[in-house]
Amino acid sequence: MSIGTHFSYAVTVFLMVAGLFIVIARGNLIKKLVGLAIFQTSVYLLYIVPGKLIGGTAPILDDRFKLYSNPLPHVLILTAIVVGVATLALGLALAVRIREAYDTIEEDDILARDVDDCGADRQGK
Amino acid sequence: MAIAVVVLARSRNLFAVVVLMGIYSFLMATVLVALDAVDVAMTEASVGAGISTVLLLGALHLCKSEEAKPLRKPWLPLAVSASIVGMLVFGALGLPAFSDPTAPMHTHVVPRYLNDAMRETGVPNVVTAVLASYRGYDTLGETTVVFTAGIGVIALLRRRRNTKQETAK
Amino acid sequence: MKHDLILRVAAKLLIPFILLFALYVQFHGDFGPGGGFQAGVIIAAAVIFYALIYGVEAARKAMPDRLVETMLASGVLIYAGVGLMGLVMGGNYLDYFVLDRDPVLGQHRGIFWVEVGVAVTVSGVMLKVFYMFVSRGRDPE
Repeated sequence: MSIGTHFSYAVTVFLMVAGLFIVIARGNLIKKLVGLAIFQTSVYLLYIVPGKLIGGTAPILDDRFKLYSNPLPHVLILTAIVVGVATLALGLALAVRIREAYDTIEEDDILARDVDDCGADRQGK
Repeated sequence: MAIAVVVLARSRNLFAVVVLMGIYSFLMATVLVALDAVDVAMTEASVGAGISTVLLLGALHLCKSEEAKPLRKPWLPLAVSASIVGMLVFGALGLPAFSDPTAPMHTHVVPRYLNDAMRETGVPNVVTAVLASYRGYDTLGETTVVFTAGIGVIALLRRRRNTKQETAK
Repeated sequence: MKHDLILRVAAKLLIPFILLFALYVQFHGDFGPGGGFQAGVIIAAAVIFYALIYGVEAARKAMPDRLVETMLASGVLIYAGVGLMGLVMGGNYLDYFVLDRDPVLGQHRGIFWVEVGVAVTVSGVMLKVFYMFVSRGRDPE
């Protein structure tokens, strides 16, 4: 349980929490999406790092090598990256639509406008 | 990489954020190469640093590129983050050490892939073999997810053109 | 950027090589790093590059919207079709062993077509998303 053997986890934890912090502390929707992307990359690290074996090589079979890194997490993360960019595109599209409807992508402004609208409706009735 | 992330969290100019995100992705791809994940690194470099930067810039073009000053001090999110750090570190201490060949993930299914993939599929790149053959259903579902996301973006961004045509009539 | 001679010439020189590299990544994916995802993204990147230098209209002319939309759907259909081929030829869904008399060759063939399907869908989606964002921005208010 020394620090050396668990250093990679420390990096992962730092990136994950940094992403989480951006998501919950920043009001800008695009900034939030960037935070989500950072969170996602920390998960890539979490999967890939334990698959590495010191002295191993990339999992492309050849007679010259005996020890390979673990290919299974590579496969999972490969799919995760592509799905990640697809969801990022979808989130950006939503942000653009919100910007068109509300003329802002700041969460606080959006909430304020929602409250205003509700109040106006009630007064109208 | 950590520096890039910290600057990213503090910077309010969204253009700088996007560029930093590209740098961060490239650094991540380098780290992945060092970790023997060449396929993943290639994808991360082309997708993370290439396509998503272009998409973010495209979205920025449509929105304002300056973030508003936060109204509140971020103490509560900081506290939440700090407590989560505590929990995650506690959990990480229970995980197997780096590059431990007896960890469960190296002993379970993977030896079969590494030993038999060449004989069964004739494809030396085990990642490709597992991706397309052993886990074919996964990849089918994943392709469908990408397809659905594309359809979603089309549905979200196409509507205004139609309403405009209607008003024009 | 449309009138910058150096950029235009450099782009003309580079784009064929980017496309060639994409094809290499696609078809060499069995033996080295690479495969459908990466190839799809690189193809999309080449077209986006073209659009950035020569303007979106030129890119639209080279890769019309209809083609991109067809790619989007046909990739998934190719993938599912490979699965169905397995059924038709007497195996399970997505079973590649029956695609050829030699099971290893059958696997090869199955993986090849699956990767083609993935590449087509991914590049179609990326291009379509790019077009959507760009055309949105040029709409006058």
